[in-house]
Amino acid sequence: MEEKKEITCIGCPIGCMLEVTLEYNEVKDVKGYTCLKGKTYAIKECTNPTRILTSTVKVKNGTTNMVSVKTIQDIPKDKIKECMDEIKGLAVKAPIHAGDIIVSNVAGTMVDIIATKDVPEHL
Amino acid sequence: MVEHEVIIIGGGPAGLAAAIGAREEGIEDILILERDNNLGGILNQCIHNGFGLHTFKEELTGPEYAKRFVEKVEEMHIPYKLNTMVIDVNKDKVITAVNEEDGVIELKAKAVILAMGCRERPRGAIHIPGSRCAGIYTAGAAQKFVNIDGFMPGRDVVILGSGDIGLIMARRMTLEGGNVKAVIELLPYSGGLKRNVVQCLDDFNIPLKLSHTVVKIHGQDRLTGITIAKVDENRKPVKESEEYIPCDTLLLSVGLIPENELSEKADVELSGVTGGPIVNESLQTNVTGIFACGNVLHVHDLVDYVSEESILAGKNAARYINGKTFDEVFIEVNTCDGVRYCVPKFINPENITKSISVRFRVGDVYKDKYISIYFDGHREIHIKKRILTPGEMETIKLTEAIFKKYPTCKEITIKVEGE
Repeated sequence: MEEKKEITCIGCPIGCMLEVTLEYNEVKDVKGYTCLKGKTYAIKECTNPTRILTSTVKVKNGTTNMVSVKTIQDIPKDKIKECMDEIKGLAVKAPIHAGDIIVSNVAGTMVDIIATKDVPEHL
Repeated sequence: MVEHEVIIIGGGPAGLAAAIGAREEGIEDILILERDNNLGGILNQCIHNGFGLHTFKEELTGPEYAKRFVEKVEEMHIPYKLNTMVIDVNKDKVITAVNEEDGVIELKAKAVILAMGCRERPRGAIHIPGSRCAGIYTAGAAQKFVNIDGFMPGRDVVILGSGDIGLIMARRMTLEGGNVKAVIELLPYSGGLKRNVVQCLDDFNIPLKLSHTVVKIHGQDRLTGITIAKVDENRKPVKESEEYIPCDTLLLSVGLIPENELSEKADVELSGVTGGPIVNESLQTNVTGIFACGNVLHVHDLVDYVSEESILAGKNAARYINGKTFDEVFIEVNTCDGVRYCVPKFINPENITKSISVRFRVGDVYKDKYISIYFDGHREIHIKKRILTPGEMETIKLTEAIFKKYPTCKEITIKVEGE
């Protein structure tokens, strides 16, 4: 079955409107791109869209309430909500160092969530 | 009065890079004054990624980008005072500051680097009628509540302004369980990066209402809703298009203003367009020995460029202390026909090693136009641009060789041209 999708290219400020024709989740055609970046993006975005997720996690006994975190690699876009649910309600103990693993294999993505800042212990 | 060679006001990305620049040029006696309780400035609350692509060739989050510079400052043993608010600077470079430990202190500097950054335009700057209820915040204030303090300022959210901070906060509030009902933009296009429109709004099905504005605020103690309306080509609201949106929170992302109250006290001359000091190629202001860099000078869209500019300001402050002067004016740089401003305003070619980056912004969206640079009426640079938008700062490098070609040049003009 043929399906058409419209997406905006993020490669540069022009923001070309890309029309992607999909058949059984396979890209058959991309229209509207002005450079190769757009075509590559359209194919990736329609077959395997991924994002880096950044958020915060509660800290116990730290100098600040929250520690900022990120997925160390891209995760599938449709896993964002599940990942957020998994880190909600979580609390980690200070001291924390940037790069520390906060959650491993978040939401079964095989990707770890790491701290992006240091939070010293509150003395 | 304690004396220092270089005093830097502000310990954000600009101040940190300026300190590193001054130390690399051999200045031992440097002091950074920072009003917050840690270094790194606003980067600490910008937890999203995308910083540092130009400088480090990787995408860092704000805190990670800040950490690289903070660690360098620590390694270099550059002294800094936290929780220290500068309340006065004068043209003799006497700085008055206050903190809990020292009380009120007076410091004298041989060179001052202004690196205070910018602040957000508040509700008062855009005149939205309606009641003065709680629930209206600038996007940056909400960002601090959520990312640093860990609490949500509200549940049902509307965001006015589609600059990058507004877009980033639309996503952030959504991820934290907020219901972001719409992003409202006065202009017919978003002021933010395409990437942010797609990844912060489209990903979460948040509507972007272009050519719309908020015409009324409703609520007694707490915001209960807003009325929005379409605007015509003169940006005037169209009465018939009014629409009520119930919400308990309105975030404002309606522009940034360089924070220059201190600069004015030191008789530093400001630009009416950028709101920042008027500087020359060496980033020196009209006051000898006072330099400016980062968002206090003009609002940048990439922190990488702030760092690059600020290292240069630090190095020039060091050269000034070592006896060099930057007071002679040779060439004035003017802008017209679509180019709103440029930094620097004055150039002395003798002070340029290899090349100088001239940064500027256009006032409208232009497709398939040219950026032209004239040296006294001779068009020397003519670059085709597929797109120019006010949201993207443009940079053009002028080389030493070009200046040698025009030894008597008095004026450089930058403009947008059709052909």
